[in-house]
Amino acid sequence: MLKSNNLMNSSWINSARRYRIQLSVSGVLVVLFSIFIIGRPGVFLSYDIYYAFMSTIPFTAIPALALTLVIVTGEIDLSFPSAMGMGGLVFSYVFLATKNIYIAIVACLITGLIIGALNGFLVTKVRIPSLVATIGTMYLWRGVIMVLCSGRGIPLVSTRNTFLFQALVGRLPWKKIPMQVVWFIVIAIFLWVLLNRHKFGSHVYHLGDNINSARMMGINVNRVKLFVFMQMGVFAAFAGVLASLEVTYFWPTLGSGYLMKAIAAVFVGGTSVVGGVGTLFGTCIGVIIVGCLEAGIIAMGMTGFWTQLVYGLIIIISLSAYSFLRREK
Amino acid sequence: MEDKKLSSLIQLVGIYKHFGGVSALEDINFEVGSNEVVGLIGDNGAGKSTMIKVIMGVHRADKGKICFKGEEVKNWSVEKARKCGVETVYQEKALGEKQTVWSNIFMGRELSNRFGFLKIKKAKEETDRIMKDYIGFTSKAITPDSFVNTMSGGEQQGVAIARALYFNAELIILDEPTTALSLSETKKVLDFIKKIKENGRSAIMISHSIYQLYPVSDRFVILDRGKIVGEFKKEEISLDGLVEEMYRIATTGHLSKKS
Ligand SMILES: Nc1ncnc2c1ncn2[C@@H]1O[C@H](COP(=O)(O)OP(=O)(O)O)[C@@H](O)[C@H]1O
Ligand SMILES: [Mg+2]
Repeated sequence: MLKSNNLMNSSWINSARRYRIQLSVSGVLVVLFSIFIIGRPGVFLSYDIYYAFMSTIPFTAIPALALTLVIVTGEIDLSFPSAMGMGGLVFSYVFLATKNIYIAIVACLITGLIIGALNGFLVTKVRIPSLVATIGTMYLWRGVIMVLCSGRGIPLVSTRNTFLFQALVGRLPWKKIPMQVVWFIVIAIFLWVLLNRHKFGSHVYHLGDNINSARMMGINVNRVKLFVFMQMGVFAAFAGVLASLEVTYFWPTLGSGYLMKAIAAVFVGGTSVVGGVGTLFGTCIGVIIVGCLEAGIIAMGMTGFWTQLVYGLIIIISLSAYSFLRREK
Repeated sequence: MEDKKLSSLIQLVGIYKHFGGVSALEDINFEVGSNEVVGLIGDNGAGKSTMIKVIMGVHRADKGKICFKGEEVKNWSVEKARKCGVETVYQEKALGEKQTVWSNIFMGRELSNRFGFLKIKKAKEETDRIMKDYIGFTSKAITPDSFVNTMSGGEQQGVAIARALYFNAELIILDEPTTALSLSETKKVLDFIKKIKENGRSAIMISHSIYQLYPVSDRFVILDRGKIVGEFKKEEISLDGLVEEMYRIATTGHLSKKS
């Protein structure tokens, strides 16, 4: 009785307060696009630019989603770009060796799992803080890639005629929507359910909030961390395959361009550095903001030199806003 | 219930625990009987919380064994302690402050189906119920969806206590539960302990205030620098006597008579 009353009276205000971070990040996106559309309606009211966004943003977005879970637990993974590279490399090698794209993708996902498991092991068992542990594995796996392919790329043109290629990075008949967007959405929904509707997600939040409390309440904190790093590895490797299939070419520095963008997207999306707080919805919006900025800035007639400056401003402004919003309870 | 009265519920035998160079517990032999309330007393840093965490399986003892109902349990852990019906209100409260009340109540043992998917609606309803029934939370400002960091210290303690009571524990441990509480809230906690006793269950209560402990406890155990230095049944000692012993330990390091 009491509860339903409560919900009736102040549901609007309560929801607004509860979701204030999500509302503000959405607000930033709306403002940004308003500026773009008013500034260059010809560009931003046509489908072409959105098609371009949809083809490229998923490669940042998929790792950013997985990274959100890592950051919510209070950890960080800087090695995911190398996991993307390793995923692409193993995929390419296995595909060229077996001519079987299905085996290749499975091998790639297993590689991601192993890379994530190593990070998890270093963090939970060897007890190296993830910030430094994953700097180590970032160099390690990138080094492995460089040594194995001697710094040369691998053409993947022969994947083009396979069904899986079409399923991964093909174009839908309707509006030529790139398949990677569909994968992004599927992964977003999957991780959202995991984080918000499954007890694993509850453990992730509690672990990031207060690891000692989590431990005292019987949460197996090491296992949760291990899983979180492993899913990061798997989704990064998968994104690496998507990125190389999109251009039917594996290049040895694959992944490194996504590091800062994915991290920025997660933080712009309202996930807290200290852990325990964060939403995949925020990350989705954050990744769109970060992904559209560069194109937007150039379309607005500024030179590419402005991008970094604007990135910096957006990050600082949004983080300041969240810091302010969180203080006021 | 009556015949169980003297039987042992949880027993620590020869427990040692150290942190780095600090020896927090030394040769601890401690027991809680069925339907018994034990008051655990000792100065700051005496090792009370550490002992509790050994009982809860949060810390693994370096040496010694833990028995439940007279039988040794190997590889004692939080899960095993809980299965045996031991619940603790930790001194640190053990809450996730940025999470909701309902998610804190079920932290680590979420209401879920067999695939692990949460029963959120049920969890919120249960939370609503136990907050009212156990703690008497009637404030409209606090709902199961409230975030813990928006609540007062006493209310947060209330969540921690409600959580411990909810799972029908046989043994409830309260580690300085009244420190953050107002007078009326403190009285509520002490009433809980009486209720625990009336319901045939056991409790360990830690408090700085002997005046709070004395009326609710059946037995007193005094811990000093990691060792148990004294044990009194309530029949053996008056409140004033207990205060005197505590004072003596604090100043001289031992009791008047060896017990
Ligand atoms: N997790 C820990 N790591 C290191 N030292 C600890 C830890 N927990 C407790 N201690 C030390 O063990 C001793 C006993 O502490 P504690 O059990 O908290 O005492 P009490 O609860 O009686 O005040 C203290 O010297 C404390 O510093
Ligand atoms: Mg203590």
